Amino acid sequence: MEIKVLGPGCAKCNKTEKLIQEVIKETGVEANVEKVTDMMVIASYGVFGTPSVIIDNEVKCTGKIPKKNDITAWVSK
Amino acid sequence: MKLRSRIEALAGENTSNIPVFLSFLLGATAIYTWWVVYGFLPELSSWATYNLLPIEKGSHLGASLEFFLYDTPKVLMLLFLVVFGVGIIRSFFTPEKTRAFLSGKSEFAGNIMAALLGIITPFCSCSAVPLFIGFVTAGVPLGVTFSFLIAAPMVNEVALGLLYGLLGWKVAAIYLGTGLFIAIFAGWIIGRLKLEHHIEDWVIQTNVAALSMEEEKLTWNDRIIYGWDAVKEIIGRVWIYVIIGIAVGAGIHGFVPEGVMASVMGKGSWWSVPFSITIGVPMYSNAAGIIPVVEALLGKGAALGTVLAFMMSVIALSLPEMVILRKVLKPKLIAVFITVVATGILFVGYLFNMII
Repeated sequence: MEIKVLGPGCAKCNKTEKLIQEVIKETGVEANVEKVTDMMVIASYGVFGTPSVIIDNEVKCTGKIPKKNDITAWVSK
Repeated sequence: MKLRSRIEALAGENTSNIPVFLSFLLGATAIYTWWVVYGFLPELSSWATYNLLPIEKGSHLGASLEFFLYDTPKVLMLLFLVVFGVGIIRSFFTPEKTRAFLSGKSEFAGNIMAALLGIITPFCSCSAVPLFIGFVTAGVPLGVTFSFLIAAPMVNEVALGLLYGLLGWKVAAIYLGTGLFIAIFAGWIIGRLKLEHHIEDWVIQTNVAALSMEEEKLTWNDRIIYGWDAVKEIIGRVWIYVIIGIAVGAGIHGFVPEGVMASVMGKGSWWSVPFSITIGVPMYSNAAGIIPVVEALLGKGAALGTVLAFMMSVIALSLPEMVILRKVLKPKLIAVFITVVATGILFVGYLFNMII
């Protein structure tokens, strides 16, 4: 599973990445988490709220820190 | 997955009657309590200053402290209510919906819609660049995009809540009206100037992928949680500025003699408005820190138009935002942006000094 966290490095973005890492550890899902900070790359995903979470090329959430339950649901699908 | 959502739906059906009634009751009680406490604040602050502490009535320290003890809880309580309310309204909007709505809109009507949506669309200044690219590549006209980008920081719920709490609803309404006015006209003028070729080239060349996105369905419970999250996030961030701002304001209130600001920021001096803007533009503070100071200045003889201009230039135009926008805009467009917005603020400042 390819998980991408899009965000220029604001506090919310770091929090999001941390949450995702926690969920992965807890659920034991095989996933590759990548943080995307380059504005050009972020823009090319067509999202404009940061942080955004993209899992296997599907936008899961934009513009807010996702709830832990939601992340768990996304990765355990 | 299917089963789970069915179970959730069933659970929601079974319990929905009681929680709706209960949360209504809880909400009503909370608002009533809020109202009662709010009404008692003036007496409480006066009592705390003069009875609880050994301070004489009429002293400078007393005036400052009473002001501080009254304004701090008052402003925080108002902010709580406004941020919560706006948070619930915001849960109905997303930048994506706003973009879809604005793309292909005609110029003038588009500017008006963009400025209004700028107030209620959840958006943080750190995502100004992706938002800009998202808007422009989706066919939202440049001027309309600017109307959104100007209104979003300038007219915000924290500023409105503070202005209402400290200066009354009239000043809050004037701020809302003139802020929208500047956002609409500055955006419209930038659109008329045909500056599209001053956007950095890579923006236009960016291939925006059309990714699939699940539309979120929010219940009223979700919206209340959304509002509550907004309260935690925004008040958690600004409370310290509010307190510092009010403390500085309280100091001015108690110790600076009446009328001392009249010569610098009063109506009499024509240069006071441009001077205030020149100081305000490079300053970077949020509404929470600047408005309590502004209130104290008004009490000492500063003119409303001048103070309004100062406040707007601090909140709406800031150096960090320009640095972020520089990634997508060529220097000339940034210069035009600053000039047009500053001119609008200048106009508003003079207008209010003239009519009030």
